[in-house]
Amino acid sequence: MPCNDGAGAVADASRTSTAASRIGLRTVALAYVGLILLLPVGLLFWRTFENGVGEVWNQLTDPSALHAFRITLIVAFFAVLGNTIFGLGASVLLVRHQFPGKRVLNARIDLPFAVSPVVVGLALILVYGPHTSSGGWLADRGVDVIFAVPGMVIATIFVSLPLVVREVVPVLQEIGDEQEQAAWTLGASRPQTFRRITLPAIRWALAYGVVLTLARALGEFGAVAVVSGNVIDKTQTAPLYVGSAYQNFNQQGAYAVAFALALIAILALVVLNLLRPKEHA
Amino acid sequence: MGISVRNVTKRFDGFVALDDVSIDIPSGSLTALLGPSGGGKTTLLRVIAGLETPDSGEVEIAGTNSTQLPPQRRNVGFVFQHYAAFKHMTVFNNVAFGLSIRHRPKADIKKRVTELLELVHIEHLADRYPAQLSGGQRQRMALARALAVEPEVLLLDEPFGALDAQVRKELRVWLRRLHDEVHVTTAFVTHDQEEAMDVAGRIVVIANGKIEQTGTPDELYDEPASEFVMSFLGPVTRLQGRPVRPHDLEIVPPSTAGAVPGKVERVVRLGFEVRVDVATDDGEVWVQLTRGDADRLAVTSGTAVGVRLALQGEAIPAPATAQA
Repeated sequence: MPCNDGAGAVADASRTSTAASRIGLRTVALAYVGLILLLPVGLLFWRTFENGVGEVWNQLTDPSALHAFRITLIVAFFAVLGNTIFGLGASVLLVRHQFPGKRVLNARIDLPFAVSPVVVGLALILVYGPHTSSGGWLADRGVDVIFAVPGMVIATIFVSLPLVVREVVPVLQEIGDEQEQAAWTLGASRPQTFRRITLPAIRWALAYGVVLTLARALGEFGAVAVVSGNVIDKTQTAPLYVGSAYQNFNQQGAYAVAFALALIAILALVVLNLLRPKEHA
Repeated sequence: MGISVRNVTKRFDGFVALDDVSIDIPSGSLTALLGPSGGGKTTLLRVIAGLETPDSGEVEIAGTNSTQLPPQRRNVGFVFQHYAAFKHMTVFNNVAFGLSIRHRPKADIKKRVTELLELVHIEHLADRYPAQLSGGQRQRMALARALAVEPEVLLLDEPFGALDAQVRKELRVWLRRLHDEVHVTTAFVTHDQEEAMDVAGRIVVIANGKIEQTGTPDELYDEPASEFVMSFLGPVTRLQGRPVRPHDLEIVPPSTAGAVPGKVERVVRLGFEVRVDVATDDGEVWVQLTRGDADRLAVTSGTAVGVRLALQGEAIPAPATAQA
């Protein structure tokens, strides 16, 4: 040891022990993530391609599977659209404005995370079901909500409601309102200020929220299963197709569609992280 | 009149930030709004800019009643304490923002922004982002941005508050010179009396939501309207219960007629100044002497002395040209 005084030895010892505990913590974290996350997903990928790429292609191009993908994309598109607009509006409202009921809204916005998706589905049937007054009123005007795409969109919006808000709110709070006020004094109207100052400042948080919403919308099972009725070639989404295929012993079909769903979500996250600047330049 | 504020009152949740305030800021002047934190000076500035709506009262900017106008249409330049730089835009685009909102031709914008960046000496930083600038450079960029739209009035909210002491002093001098060049009616908020006296031609002292006094730095210092103004603008001590400036006092032999007798408690040398604490029957009084005076008097603790108001020194005759 180069230093021979007591203090140096103590410092070295404590450095060694911090290094050891750091390695220990990393091992635990990696093992946890590995067992819970990577191993199952890895096995899924492996089982998907067990019988070759051709078989995966056949399963994915099955007419019912294709239809399920189409329904999923339609539902996801409208859910993402709805929650992006609502999420932006709610975030600006929560951070920049004072209004009665603000605390209630703030507290309730996380509710969809706390409630089981199945409960969400049942609750929606109670409101929009064909035998309820509001559902009947809509049905008389030719709009089916339950067992149709509108209900599935509402259910998906419900379960993914907080994702955009929870990404955007902290960033809005961090940037503060002085830049916006500076823009006003320079002559920018409120819409101009939003487009040229606020939106660029929150764009990465918003993009992250949108990708998380998309991932959630693509994968939602419980709430959609209840409100859609899970009718093959009609209201069956890709996750519902995975469930049905697995139960009907079509394991290859289940694996292939599950793999495709996982791949889309992972790709979206990877692309976002590649585009995102490392830290604000 | 540059800015005229009439009977403005503003409350926040029952707290009275401005209490029936009226002030006039003359066109082309450089005015400091001086006062302790929480006294209402920033609120007053924000009311003038239209960033706060007063509960009652009126604001007139360059002859136009602006009370109901939104900040976009008041034609004011506003500079924030923490710069409010547009972080995702280059320095050039920050300064160009107000002009591009007004859809000015590209060539005009480029010419004007280049002029302004030269005026604030950051022309070499045009392509940088705010994060790559020092605090002083960011504040100069914010000033150029506010000046770009040729405002009727320029409002600065503690513009040097977030900067370190050295940069602060430099920017003070620089702001005064800039005002000499641009001549725009300017009001800035500060809680630092030295900064106000150094930069401003006029000072408005604000405390507890009220105007305490308005005047030139000399008027405020020499003829304070209240003990509050007196103590806020400079050091104060008490001789026989009356507030006086410590440097207006002198130390004389103990039995001098008209002098208050006392005993020197302490002598503290602070560089050029010497602070002498004297115990009198009416409490302790401190006298500020120059080092030369202190050495001449040879005061040491325990000495019996007299303290009195210094006789006003003879005025230095004005130069002959000024008399003509």
